Amino acid sequence: MANLVEIRGLKVEAKTDANRRIEIVKDVDLDLVPGEIVALIGESGSGKTTIALTLMGHTRTGCSISAGSVMVDGQDVVQMSEQQRSRLRGAVVSYVPQSAALAFNPAKAIMDQVIEVTQIHGIMPAEEARQRAIELFRALSLPNPETIGERYPHQVSGGQLQRLAAAMALIANPKIVIFDEPTTALDVTTQIEVLRAFKDVMRRAGAAAIYVSHDLAVVAQLADRIAVLRNGEVQEMGQTVQILEQARHPYTRELIAAFEPHRAPVVLNEIDERRPLLDVENVVAGYGWSKIDSSLLVKAVDNVSLQLYEGRNLGIVGESGCGKSTLACAISGILPAVSGHIIFDGRELGPGYKERTAQQKREMQIVFQYADAALNPARSIDDILGRPLAFYHGLTGEAQSKRINALLDMVRLPTSLRGRRPGELSGGQKQRVNFARALAAEPKLIICDEVTSALDTVVVAAIIDLLRELQQELSLSYIFISHDLSMVQAICDKIVVMYQGKAVEELAVENMTQPQHPYTQLLFSSVPKLDPNWLDSLARERPILTA
Amino acid sequence: MNKHILFLITNRIIISLITLLIIAVIVFVATTLLPGDTATILLGQSATPEAIEGLRKAMHLDEPAFTRFISWILAFLHGDLGISYSNNMPVADMVGRRLLNSLKLASVTTAFAVPLSLFLGVTTAVMRGSLYDRAVTIFTIGVISIPEFIVATTAVLIFAVYLKWLPALSLTADIDTLAGLLRAYAMPVITLTCVVSAQMIRMTRAAVIDALASPYVEMALLKGASRKRLVLSHALPNSLGPIANAMALSLSYLLGGVIIVETIFNYPGIAKLMVDAVTTRDLPLIQSCAMIFCLAYLLLVTIADLIAILSNPRLR
Repeated sequence: MANLVEIRGLKVEAKTDANRRIEIVKDVDLDLVPGEIVALIGESGSGKTTIALTLMGHTRTGCSISAGSVMVDGQDVVQMSEQQRSRLRGAVVSYVPQSAALAFNPAKAIMDQVIEVTQIHGIMPAEEARQRAIELFRALSLPNPETIGERYPHQVSGGQLQRLAAAMALIANPKIVIFDEPTTALDVTTQIEVLRAFKDVMRRAGAAAIYVSHDLAVVAQLADRIAVLRNGEVQEMGQTVQILEQARHPYTRELIAAFEPHRAPVVLNEIDERRPLLDVENVVAGYGWSKIDSSLLVKAVDNVSLQLYEGRNLGIVGESGCGKSTLACAISGILPAVSGHIIFDGRELGPGYKERTAQQKREMQIVFQYADAALNPARSIDDILGRPLAFYHGLTGEAQSKRINALLDMVRLPTSLRGRRPGELSGGQKQRVNFARALAAEPKLIICDEVTSALDTVVVAAIIDLLRELQQELSLSYIFISHDLSMVQAICDKIVVMYQGKAVEELAVENMTQPQHPYTQLLFSSVPKLDPNWLDSLARERPILTA
Repeated sequence: MNKHILFLITNRIIISLITLLIIAVIVFVATTLLPGDTATILLGQSATPEAIEGLRKAMHLDEPAFTRFISWILAFLHGDLGISYSNNMPVADMVGRRLLNSLKLASVTTAFAVPLSLFLGVTTAVMRGSLYDRAVTIFTIGVISIPEFIVATTAVLIFAVYLKWLPALSLTADIDTLAGLLRAYAMPVITLTCVVSAQMIRMTRAAVIDALASPYVEMALLKGASRKRLVLSHALPNSLGPIANAMALSLSYLLGGVIIVETIFNYPGIAKLMVDAVTTRDLPLIQSCAMIFCLAYLLLVTIADLIAILSNPRLR
């Protein structure tokens, strides 16, 4: 069969702020036959999205195709004029964005945006397009297919928007669909529904697809072939089964190894059952406190109790909006709890951080998800680490400098980074600095709020190892807030599952794989597995939870 | 949803009314704080203390400030702006004619400046980084930096003195014919357009660039949308709020801030009236003018906020 897409010797250059040109895609060859799904997999910055976008002749600001050819349906996109390319876009090659929530125009009704492609290219009359859109909505198992199009983007959920974006991509019967990390922003429970809808609809449409993702397990469910990318080069390419079972390239093996349960044998320390390090009792917290009737508009955390013992780790898992981050804020005092008790190291803490002593604040540190946002971009690493040292310990000058070196050593960063700013570090390095900042206070407890979810799989494994080592060296306790079950299972000896503000189940290390509560079962079974038949083998009828 | 927006709008209008009341207090207090006794100034240095005392009584100046404020604001609400101290004419009559003149000038300027700014702002945003963009940017920054009296006098120098195309003064009787009107208004309007457009162009450009960089515009591009469609149907509707606000701020200048232009072209507008009132210490006139300026400003800002509320689909 003739190739639908033939990429030969593709090079893409990016211009840096300093006007330096760097190659972000280096000499890539890629083929796609009609009806085939090829996955591009790699970490952030590997050039996977950039390659996919060249199929539409599009490069993001500052980037340009510098060499090679991209033959789509017999024509070279690189040689085309912008006008010819726009005729291709949407009609022959269409795009499903990473975040549909951002990719829908907030000011226009969904239906208008879904059928816009057909109007731009004059493919079919508006009424016919609307009918076809409703069929697609139905095929993608969206609720109320007849009327959902009349709503505005903010009126539907993230998972629904992602499926609507797929409808938008398929409406004009394109030959190729580009999926750009379409489920990365979704919860695992939602991801399954979306993946299944994608799979069904692609099978029916018979279109070819490029599926860009960093998640090997997700890709394994959909792709016929997988191309593994790193640093803008194809490292390895082959049939899905072949890549999963006989990976040759070391990087591919590393990716696959990240899926192995990497739980080190746990040696649980002796604990005093009567004296937990942190005892949270019946905490209620939320937003929109009304003085008039003494109630919360949004009760994000509803009567949650949990205990954490010294030297142990507690995981709090649940989907977005379940209240797990709010709970972290309530424990640390950023958002004062409305009722309940927080007892830390034998003493009851005030609800707000203002009512806590400097020592209480020092002993409990929080590390946030986005190191980018948590570290001041205008400050050097030196300043960032020096500040808590001066604040909590009064260290200055030589003593402070020594301590900074020690902290950087703890998080396995070279001291040569001291003069740099956060923007000059990689994602993993930034997260390490973020940890070092928390360690500077010499805490007893560190609350980690989704600390690994912005990082690549391979980097996550390294960070988890680091945390484990630090725990042994410094006798720390951790609370991990995460939606990533495998990460939490790897390091915690107790998991609390939250659902709609309540702690629905508590799992100890020995029965971590046998959840009892239906929501926990659903959550655990939703984590994608490397087995390509995993999605199909899942029971069609999954437990439906009601509030 | 509709109930919610109605609530927001009423809320916004109530806030405007409260602001207006606060402004009234400030205006009143500020004018009472003006140095010098009104009665003494009106009667001159040679007046007897009895005469001054009599006048004070007649003008209710001996009453406490609070009662004076209440009676002033009540009269104001009934449309009674008081009697001018300097020429005993009703303030309403004096202001009325001048206000009409100012509004005429302001609306002609708006009619030119708004479409011009929108056009230049949007086109420079679309052609960002091009020679055209840079030329317009340099021009607008230049105009922002140059004080308006230089713009105005340069315009007089070029069009009235050298080219002799236009009259140097706008106070001509001949504004009944269209040609006469155009001739009389040309230079003040050019000057004012320069002054108010610069800011509007820059804000429009920034708002549209912001919207153009958003993922939904990239998505539309990847659907094959033309540039025109990207800008008009995707970017612009989302930048209406900030643009309306920038416009309101710039246009509010057209009533109170035009004093220099009115003076240079000898145009009988309300700003000039107020400055004259200050020199004659004509309190009712000053208060009325100040209230009118604040009202106009408040009106524009409120309208801009309402546009922002209405153009936001999350609230609609």
